[in-house]
Amino acid sequence: MLSANLSAIFYLISGVLFILALRGLSSPETSRQGNFFGILGMAIAVTVTFLSIGNFSTGFVVVLIFLLIGGLIGAFIAYKIPMTAMPELVAGFHSLVGLAAVFVAIAAFLNPEAFNLGSPGNIKLGSLIEMSIGAAVGAITFSGSIIAFLKLQGIMSGSPITFKGQHPLNALILISIIIITYLLCSTQSSNLFWILLAISFLIGFLLIIPIGGADMPVVISMLNSYSGWAAAGIGFTLENTALIITGALVGSSGAILSYIMCKGMNRSFFNVILGGFGATEQSASAKNKEQKPVKSGNADDAAFLMKNASSVIIVPGYGMAVAQAQHALREMVDTLKKNDIKVSYAIHPVAGRMPGHMNVLLAEANVPYDEVFELEEINNDFANADVAFVIGANDVTNPVAKTDPQSPIYGMPVLDVEKCKSVLFVKRSLSPGYAGIDNDLFYKENTLMLFADAKKMTEDITKNL
Amino acid sequence: MEIDPFIFRLSIFILSIFIGYYVVWSVTPSLHTPLMSVTNAISSVIIVGAIIAGLAGKSETIFNTSSIFGFLAISLAAINIFGGFLVTQRMLAMYKKKKKSK
Repeated sequence: MLSANLSAIFYLISGVLFILALRGLSSPETSRQGNFFGILGMAIAVTVTFLSIGNFSTGFVVVLIFLLIGGLIGAFIAYKIPMTAMPELVAGFHSLVGLAAVFVAIAAFLNPEAFNLGSPGNIKLGSLIEMSIGAAVGAITFSGSIIAFLKLQGIMSGSPITFKGQHPLNALILISIIIITYLLCSTQSSNLFWILLAISFLIGFLLIIPIGGADMPVVISMLNSYSGWAAAGIGFTLENTALIITGALVGSSGAILSYIMCKGMNRSFFNVILGGFGATEQSASAKNKEQKPVKSGNADDAAFLMKNASSVIIVPGYGMAVAQAQHALREMVDTLKKNDIKVSYAIHPVAGRMPGHMNVLLAEANVPYDEVFELEEINNDFANADVAFVIGANDVTNPVAKTDPQSPIYGMPVLDVEKCKSVLFVKRSLSPGYAGIDNDLFYKENTLMLFADAKKMTEDITKNL
Repeated sequence: MEIDPFIFRLSIFILSIFIGYYVVWSVTPSLHTPLMSVTNAISSVIIVGAIIAGLAGKSETIFNTSSIFGFLAISLAAINIFGGFLVTQRMLAMYKKKKKSK
């Protein structure tokens, strides 16, 4: 059996290893080593827990069995999941962290002796507060992530669901969570504990349903952050350093990602959370749908334009993920490179459904990461490029964000695609993007619209090159 | 007067938030998806609490309600740990530099 002090030191070591795991992600070269540190930290934490309890009887076997079942499921999912389904996977994983936090809190509430927190009905006040916070945040993470998962998976409509009195209702529930936590701590009533869990599940659900599909990068980052705070809450209850450090790391990581995503859309965090974006503008844009002239072309025209270019910039978006066009795209780029054409990729911060979504897909298609650039790095290059190839992106290229203060996306950083000599825009139809506004780029002199499925069009262009 | 141990834990917590802040800002944007999957995996260190709950019962009371919640939490966290680290590894293995000679 490990002494309490010694195990605390080991938990500290695993906390440090987790910090190094995140540190490794500052560059792709060190990232794999970082992941190894993370695995090592986890192995230490789990081993130390077993050793410090020192109970290797029947219970130990049962624990191992449950550990193995979970591990096998997790490993199976990790190997099978296609890269395009990453956002769903991450949302699903968040929900599991949330639920695990809830279960641990329930276990601690029912059997506080096992955690040295007092006896049932007489739990230490501080521990009870920490436990309630962990349980409530965990429950919100769980139900919120389930909704995010359903929306990303397409089981639930990605469009915002709003109803009258939504915000007052949410505010009311949030206030009652605080009141119930207070009452729970003063009465130690188990009924209140269950009510607290139930309304926390409810508010997680209600908070996410009004948020639309393209705001998912913010939502996923936010739920990432919540799962961290839930872990930290439980960490305080268990007086466990590894859990407290990790919770703080994950919590701030998710918060930073949400901030970056909000900035990428020039919207405040509250604006996103309150939801309903795009729902009202849709009708407005439908009204002034006068027919503007659009130039449309086929794969042959596109191939001709690109063959005569000396530099091409590719702008991928969520549509590329939907059409699974990343491999076809890379083949097209390979052919271009053989003709001595310089090709680079431009990624908008909120392209796709989660932070870094496009980068992973391009990496999957064997695109070297030093050909892929962020918005600030590449935006000045559009003016010198011959062709911009927009595949599956829309709002992030809309010049209206720079010119029209009336537009809902005014002020959002956009890729200066229109500065290219010519623009090829692969899209299924002229329908507006997520923000519900028309893209001026469609009607520009130098824009050629390619109406087709992204994958099919890319393959056809490659044939014609 | 003695300082409550809670204050020490709070200090660790607050300082870790700052560490997280600086470490995460230095993560390159192209690795934001692996960042999310790895933070997912490490936040499942909550399995520590689940193991304590699962092992709390004596052999005759091994399947009491509290332990059962512990067991379930162990499985959930294990899905995350294995799934999170492995999928991160799978993603990171794909990030390659340009080959110089062709």
